[in-house]
Amino acid sequence: MSRKTMSAAIAMAQREEMLRDESVYIMGLDVGPYGGAFGCTRGLWQEFGRERVMDMPISEAGYVGAAVGSAMTNMRPIAELQFTDWITIASDMLVNQAANMRYTFGGSLSVPMVLRAPVGGYMAAASQHSHMFESWFSFIPGLKVVLPSNPADAKGLLKSAIRDNNPVLFFEHKMLYDIPGEVPDDPEFLVPLGKANVVREGSDVTIATYAYMVDMAKQAAEILEKDGIHAEIIDLRTIKPMDTDTVITSVKKTNRLCCLQETWLTCSVASQISAVVAEEALEYLDAPILRIGALDAPNPFSAKLERYILPSVERIVREIREMF
Amino acid sequence: MNQQQKLHLYREMLKIRKFEEMVKDLFAKTEILGSVHLYIGEEAVAVGACAAIRPDDYLTSTHRGHGHVLAKGADAGRMFAELLGRETGYNKARGGSMHLAAPELGILGANGIVGGGLPLAVGAAMSAQKLKNGRVTLCFFGDGASNEGTFHEALNIAASYNLPVVFICENNLYAGGVKQHYDGVFRNKNMDYPRKVKFVAERAKAYDIPGITIDGNRVEDVIKTVGEAVERAREGKGATLIECLTYRWRTHFEVEPDTYRDPAEVEEWKKRCPIVLYGQQLIEEGVASRQQLDEIEQDVIREMDAALEFARNSPEPDVSTALADVFAE
Repeated sequence: MSRKTMSAAIAMAQREEMLRDESVYIMGLDVGPYGGAFGCTRGLWQEFGRERVMDMPISEAGYVGAAVGSAMTNMRPIAELQFTDWITIASDMLVNQAANMRYTFGGSLSVPMVLRAPVGGYMAAASQHSHMFESWFSFIPGLKVVLPSNPADAKGLLKSAIRDNNPVLFFEHKMLYDIPGEVPDDPEFLVPLGKANVVREGSDVTIATYAYMVDMAKQAAEILEKDGIHAEIIDLRTIKPMDTDTVITSVKKTNRLCCLQETWLTCSVASQISAVVAEEALEYLDAPILRIGALDAPNPFSAKLERYILPSVERIVREIREMF
Repeated sequence: MNQQQKLHLYREMLKIRKFEEMVKDLFAKTEILGSVHLYIGEEAVAVGACAAIRPDDYLTSTHRGHGHVLAKGADAGRMFAELLGRETGYNKARGGSMHLAAPELGILGANGIVGGGLPLAVGAAMSAQKLKNGRVTLCFFGDGASNEGTFHEALNIAASYNLPVVFICENNLYAGGVKQHYDGVFRNKNMDYPRKVKFVAERAKAYDIPGITIDGNRVEDVIKTVGEAVERAREGKGATLIECLTYRWRTHFEVEPDTYRDPAEVEEWKKRCPIVLYGQQLIEEGVASRQQLDEIEQDVIREMDAALEFARNSPEPDVSTALADVFAE
């Protein structure tokens, strides 16, 4: 074990996979000598050279599309976007090209690529550097969507994503980059895609969440504990495929469900979990399902307004108390 | 080129022509569903370009892709099967006309998104550069796609990273129903023409790669020009943009009414049929007699009839397979 930030764990995962497999390479803006806008490729250009760590023009459709084409032809590229908000510019290459390709081509090829992108608010970065689009992409058959909540998971999930034979969108929350945690040194440490993690056990309410909201859920659970409410927290880790079995098992025990996410609720991850639990475990519920997410507005620049729009520990505690 | 090679080119162009004429009829009879975009009139581009590459080279194609796929060596029977929605099709009937792909032949897919193939071609070239396998990628697209952002992004990346890719613009003058550049002859001056520069190839200058405009209806011109570009790419000297001036005889898609083209323009281009032009050349050069060319045509018709027969005798996919291959293992 080593103590590392999430960005260092991401760099570690990429380095190990590049050492293990020569077909793995990185492309993106500032990924070279700069080391990545958030430090996730630090040292890699110096170690592997520019053939394997390629600085790209600000050309999201161009280089994400190139990653798709390269993945179709025996390589395993990792494309880094500097902010996930710009994925809209590259989205044809993901939605119409990468996602459909294996199926539409009758299974005759696969697209083993990873798109890494920083996501999330709470940084006063306003509406084009703060948003989260995991719900959009989870809608698309053929894409996998991953959001780690801590450095160890970031390493293990990213390594699984790189070894996966499908296009994987790996969304990293900016508030988590600098938070340190214990990370296994083992180069074969993998966290499987599609397996949720029960990060806190409890008997009274299930909080199904992911990414930065896992931290907030933990803080809220500590406060609720003093009220005698024992919250169970499930870190989904992977949005697509989603481990709803773990959520349902937990709900059958706690009889209450709170779906917690940072972003908007309409047609979202929270909507999906709610629907599945309603279909498969409705009779176990002692209270209506609670969904907590961003209020329906773009992230505002004002830190005060943004704190109001996005979930807070106080809001999570208040709304969960009202379930009882 | 020797006699055999020249006759092969003639035959390959005829194969595409016959295939497309049959597709036209099958679509009119609703034996083919969905939509089809026919390549009739542009055969010299696909055949010439594909004659200039190796079997292990790659190509990316467009919504008007049947010609590229055939010219790269795909089997007409499996193509018909795909278009007829049969399990024996190249894509097991998951793709149809606009998504024909055969990775084992280097065919990285027709593409229903205009400009969608350009970044993919850049990626395939990036793979070849890293794997040092000497493969070149031919990237086919239309003049319409040259106004997409992906065209400019792809050319910039290909140029900046010196990638082994040859961009082949099939300039058939129209994108959808809109003429792209005013030629001063046909149609009204007082209309919108979405491209200011006369030739798409002029845009190569902006990316510091060679840009060449040629007669896309002269198959040997296409081979020569593409061949030189392929050689450059293989030698590590980077990308080239080749604009082939040509014309689609049919409308953008079947069975769109032709309300937007001057009939005189269509007739003028039909007089410049790439197959007729090449047949005349072969006779003038003494390479073949009229009778020999007719025999090739009869042979191609027999081959295409057999291909369609194969497709018609193939089963439709079973619904139990409908969810297979969404994800790879």
